[in-house]
Amino acid sequence: MATETLTLGKALNAGMRKALENDPKVVIMGEDVGKLGGVFRITDGLQKDFGDQRVIDTPLAESGIIGTAVGLAIRGYRPVCEIQFDGFVYPAYDQIVSQVAKMHYRSRGKLKIPMVIRIPFGGGIGAVEHHSESPEAYFSHTPGLKVATCANPQDAYVMIQQAIASDDPIVFLEPKRRYWEKGPVEVDQPLPEAYPLQAARVARPGTDATLIAYGPMVRTCLDAATAAAEDGRELEVIDLRTLAPLDLGQVYESVRRTGRAIVVHEAPSNIGLGAEVAARITEECFYSLESPVLRVTGYDIPYPASRVEEEYLPDLDRVLDAVDRTFGW
Amino acid sequence: MAKGDPGVSTRGRRAVPRSRKGATGDPELVQLLTPEGERIESVTGPDGTEYRVDFTDEEYRSFYRDLVLVRKLDAEATALQRQGELGLWASLLGQEAAQVGSGRALRTQDMAFPTYREHGVLYCRGIDPIMPLGLFRGVDQGGWDPNEFKFNMYTIVIGAQTLHATGYAMGITMDGKTGTDEGEAVIAYFGDGATSQGDVNEAFVWASVFNAPMVFFCQNNQYAISEPLERQTRIPLYRRAAGFGFPGIRVDGNDVLASYAVTRHALDNARHGQGPSLIEAYTYRMGAHTTSDDPTRYRIASEVEAWQAKDPIARMKTFLIKQKIAGDDFFAEVDEQAKRESVHLRERVLEMPNPEPNSMFDHVYPNGSPLVDQQRAQFTQYLESFEGSAH
Repeated sequence: MATETLTLGKALNAGMRKALENDPKVVIMGEDVGKLGGVFRITDGLQKDFGDQRVIDTPLAESGIIGTAVGLAIRGYRPVCEIQFDGFVYPAYDQIVSQVAKMHYRSRGKLKIPMVIRIPFGGGIGAVEHHSESPEAYFSHTPGLKVATCANPQDAYVMIQQAIASDDPIVFLEPKRRYWEKGPVEVDQPLPEAYPLQAARVARPGTDATLIAYGPMVRTCLDAATAAAEDGRELEVIDLRTLAPLDLGQVYESVRRTGRAIVVHEAPSNIGLGAEVAARITEECFYSLESPVLRVTGYDIPYPASRVEEEYLPDLDRVLDAVDRTFGW
Repeated sequence: MAKGDPGVSTRGRRAVPRSRKGATGDPELVQLLTPEGERIESVTGPDGTEYRVDFTDEEYRSFYRDLVLVRKLDAEATALQRQGELGLWASLLGQEAAQVGSGRALRTQDMAFPTYREHGVLYCRGIDPIMPLGLFRGVDQGGWDPNEFKFNMYTIVIGAQTLHATGYAMGITMDGKTGTDEGEAVIAYFGDGATSQGDVNEAFVWASVFNAPMVFFCQNNQYAISEPLERQTRIPLYRRAAGFGFPGIRVDGNDVLASYAVTRHALDNARHGQGPSLIEAYTYRMGAHTTSDDPTRYRIASEVEAWQAKDPIARMKTFLIKQKIAGDDFFAEVDEQAKRESVHLRERVLEMPNPEPNSMFDHVYPNGSPLVDQQRAQFTQYLESFEGSAH
């Protein structure tokens, strides 16, 4: 099996290239996705190779991108829409939650919207406001949408292809600060044999406490687990991968063994993914818990100016601090 | 300036200079049948296009029949709402000609994207008129197959469907289905209020720069619930098209023949690859916005009376009589058919079963969801726990 070393960004590019090759109905659309290759170059070279009917530079209006993609989907296309930054998705919010999410339900299954909405999300790149947000809870809260996020190049390569191949509308969140991190990618594994899209995965096994993360925070938790191991604590790290629907079977199994759970995300804590995960762990693992489920998250403030974002974002120290607290209960 | 005058007044100043000429009275308004039932042979539009229709007597009669039927079925739906059988109804009263004219202008291969008031277009597409009543009764959310009838689901979010229509039209181009008589085109319906929506303006931009084969069909019925046209625009709506780079035209929306002619021309242009256009069908919402609305709070009776004189069905009937195309027997027969179909509609509405409670979990996702499956199972178990009890 051929393995290449790719950055997460290049892995997404390679995955989309494969999807464009495999299905003539796949079209990529968004602002600057063509000649420029996207502001992060994730679609680099695709318009050159597949033409401007398959890789479409759109006018600058997010609702228009998603709304016209709905029409293309009704026509039989499989649109892959790029929203340039997390903070710019809100003009498209109505089209996503009222149209994309509900069309299959309202039509009693007669209309499918096999759309992927790619959004670079999260902070940590020193950006100006509206470029570092974590809007996953809005979309995870919306019935009819599925939400997925990748944390490493292998998953990026496979999950973007799985998302495009799926008939479900999927918000695909890309951890922008990890775009440049490299890792091995099996490039010729047949899609049906790949690890499923809607499943969590143990990223690092451990026995003493369970860290639950997704997207950009998986790397942070893995680093924390490495550091904790030096102190003699073995932390299990679970990468959720799918945020809607959540796949928590392995989380329950893990927490029943460790008795301690910490959910980590960049988004603010209030009504965030961590709240849902904590509630469900409590329902399923009540008698196994040695301490309350803790959350390490962004604060409940607007995303701050970038010179203080390192204080805002959960990092290795804040995760380890929470680990200490869960053992001090 | 009186309401109902085709010009748009702002702050008492006439924004649009007008001169009166000929039988149409208004060079900005394409009209082939006057409110008095006089036929106008042809009208030349601002771009030199000559609009005319040449129907057989049978075809003229069938237009009349459609107008009467959609009005009668609509009235029946309003009555059903009043009797508690529908939760809500959005009446098309007054807009029959705009809908039947444009709806019949569609060719089989054309696709329509309606709002929630296009019952007349739905009828012309051959969909059972019972279908939208399921939505308003609350037993479903629209029951027809959009791809089978080439008529999309009703869209209640104002203007959202214009983007869907534009994307669909882009798909037609990508499929190479323009440029011939068999080419496909799309029509997007919306109202005067919707022209203020971002989505509609974005759809104009998209359709323009992608040269999408589509027609934006705006039924300007003068009101967005209570807000008059002056709250949406300072210029006639059809003129907005110029700013987006495609043609716009205003048609007498109470004239079924002109509505047909203008729409057919615009659709044929689109299918031949000549891009989008905007039609403003100038009409009037004779009834309330919906059955929940009370128009007496925001408009005066004399305004409604003035529009009554422009009724789309009365002028067609006058024309048929004057030209000896139809007589009393025909009108009686049409009324009889309308009555029969409305009674049939009523009977079937009353028989519409409520959906099985469990069915609310169906079709959330094409590929399903373990969360929905789990909740369905819990709900089923919960329901079963009452079996055999007194409840």
